[in-house]
Amino acid sequence: MATVPMDERKVAHCREIAAHIAEDVQQYIDTHTSVGVERTMLRAFGVEGADDQGAPLVNVAVDRYHRAGLLGRGISFFLGRALLAGAKSPQDAAERLAFGPEVDRGETGPDAAQARVALQPHVDDALARIDRAKGDREALKKSAKYPEPPHKYVIVATGNIYDDAVQAKAAARAGADIVAVIRATAQSLLDYVPHGATTEGYGGTFATQENFKIIRRALDEATHDYGRYIQQTNYSSGLCMAEIAWMGAVERLDMLLNDAMYGILFRDINMCRNFVDQYVARRFIARSGIIINTGEDNYLTTADAVEKAHTVIASQFINEAFAKRAGVREEQMGLGHAYEIDPWIEDSFLLEIAQAQLVRQIFDRHPIKWMPPTKHKVGDIFFAHVHDAMFSLVGITTNQSIELLGMFSESIHNPMLMDRYLSLKATRYVYTACKHLGEEISFKPDGRIAKRAVQVLDEAHTLLEEVKRDTIWESISHGAFADVKRTRDGGKGFAGVAERSHDYVNPILERLEADQDKGLTP
Amino acid sequence: MTHPTAPNKPLRAYGDRDGDGMLQMSFTLQIPPSGRAREAAKRFAEMHGLKEPLVATMEECAEGFSFFVVYGHSKHAIDVSTIEVPEIRTEALSREEIETRVKTRLGRKIVVVGACTGSDAHTVGIDAILNYKGYAGDKGLESYKSFEAYNLGAQVENEQLAARARALKADAILISQVITQRNVHKENAAAFIALAKKEGWRDEVILLFGGPRVDHKLALELGFDAGFGAGTKPSDVASYLVERLSGDAKRAKPPVG
Repeated sequence: MATVPMDERKVAHCREIAAHIAEDVQQYIDTHTSVGVERTMLRAFGVEGADDQGAPLVNVAVDRYHRAGLLGRGISFFLGRALLAGAKSPQDAAERLAFGPEVDRGETGPDAAQARVALQPHVDDALARIDRAKGDREALKKSAKYPEPPHKYVIVATGNIYDDAVQAKAAARAGADIVAVIRATAQSLLDYVPHGATTEGYGGTFATQENFKIIRRALDEATHDYGRYIQQTNYSSGLCMAEIAWMGAVERLDMLLNDAMYGILFRDINMCRNFVDQYVARRFIARSGIIINTGEDNYLTTADAVEKAHTVIASQFINEAFAKRAGVREEQMGLGHAYEIDPWIEDSFLLEIAQAQLVRQIFDRHPIKWMPPTKHKVGDIFFAHVHDAMFSLVGITTNQSIELLGMFSESIHNPMLMDRYLSLKATRYVYTACKHLGEEISFKPDGRIAKRAVQVLDEAHTLLEEVKRDTIWESISHGAFADVKRTRDGGKGFAGVAERSHDYVNPILERLEADQDKGLTP
Repeated sequence: MTHPTAPNKPLRAYGDRDGDGMLQMSFTLQIPPSGRAREAAKRFAEMHGLKEPLVATMEECAEGFSFFVVYGHSKHAIDVSTIEVPEIRTEALSREEIETRVKTRLGRKIVVVGACTGSDAHTVGIDAILNYKGYAGDKGLESYKSFEAYNLGAQVENEQLAARARALKADAILISQVITQRNVHKENAAAFIALAKKEGWRDEVILLFGGPRVDHKLALELGFDAGFGAGTKPSDVASYLVERLSGDAKRAKPPVG
């Protein structure tokens, strides 16, 4: 494999700095919870359903206790007490929390320890459900052919889940290995997960548990019919990232877009909320074996891809550090980056190779997610098709793991059936024709590609030092990433954060933490 | 506006000879490949006005679907002399000219507030126009000494944008809409105009609409002052605003939509 020069000590130091940066935030995470986190726990206990206005039961229950200022004790505490008071199931208990005549202030009666005992069998069920889904996924993977990377990743986005299912299967047939259903654009800012199958959505389709099932069924059929395991992806981001992570875990998703900082930067979600939520989301992800896809590629769509290349690497180190703290293994970390350099710059292709190869070498066990050009696509579909082919050439040469296919109609419309077909065909050509190119070539040790790689790692190292000095909270408010500035108490969802009390009860999270940290995860 | 070399001559698609009307089209039909499918594609092309269509490729692009590329001679011609386009832009002003004019004629900065409204989360357009970095080497409004640019980002509600723009005493408001389905971009934009009228300040501010599906004509129809489509550079928007505010209003011209 052709390699670029990489200073191992510098890489190790970058990891140390990133660990320090994440540790600072982890202290905040470990003392806080959020409405999103608590709703996730109710869902994990099996609580489901929505009222006649479409408000999920988990929202009604959690909001009630948050308004009463009691969320810091953990919704599980009150759920356990409702069970002790005679509720016949977690569902029944949650309904009592939501609609009972009085809010349980938890002042007399069973204490935290007793509540934990009452919850114990349901905690076991909650974990068994995740483990079972993981087992089913692994068995299906073994029964079908699992293609070699780079895996070809395509998106469908009709707004109607039933049309998405048809398109997802068509994409698999045309050669896609991974199918993502793009989410309706406003969903990341909804502080609830819509209920049931949905047929209307702008810019994409809502992520709901039922929609996950519908696509999984279509892709199971595709796996069976075409003899290749087809992976399903959705978005564990926004204000419901933890709930969606749990849904992905039990509905057998293979990947989830999930990033420690993306929501803060690109959706103006409050930092505190986002850090707390990403941790819990990743605990479920770690348990279920789902691969995360981080969003560093987005930095290059707002900031300049040449000048700010190092911010991608720095952020990847930080994302890795946060993911490790949530028990996610390197093999589950699909760190993201993108082919977004202005194609008309001299040697732009060389710069792309340098970056892609550097990422590959630094994160050598990670299933790297490689994103196509978007920013410089302006409607000339013929040029865009060539542009995408060059992107695929870098992907195969530098052995990227997960390649989101470029669409020549990017910036015009959501991909049509034939757009996706032609993209898959061209990618198949490049992958086949250049399969072993990376093994046959080498980069000049003092050449342009090598020098660029050294420069980008140096700059990433310097940026990490600065972030460590200023803390991540301050760095984000100065615009260190993607040129976007966010403040600690600004953004959406801050009101949904609560400080944990000294006797906070969350036995599902505790079990996830304990099992993962002891290496007991099945 | 007439064709520069051949006034009043009907325009035909140009392949390799004047008047041959050659064009290519590609489409998908819900039928598996077969002789019959090929004939269906040929007739389909003929119905679109192509003479002697050549079905260059027929491939199964999904189960039960065929993808076609067809070449043929279009019989259609356009008489460009009959085309009326609301306004055609002249040259963008240079950076120096913009700065000098605002300084000498206006004597204060031009305040511009922009956002991606509604559910649209794609800030690529508004970022290209407002942010320092700009687009394709053309620096954004933030980079001009004579502009004060506020980019409110994505998923901004109309009410929020209106309130912020009013508080900042904006000279111009930019609304960007990138991703759309079922014409939601038009509805969002029209709702903003309705809001401005209802609150009674529509005429106190210049309202601009931008995005890949937007053109000047559409923007005017919706009640905006100007529309900016794909390929618009920050200097186009800057020139427009300078002409409107500190020059000859009639010379303020957005690019051809």
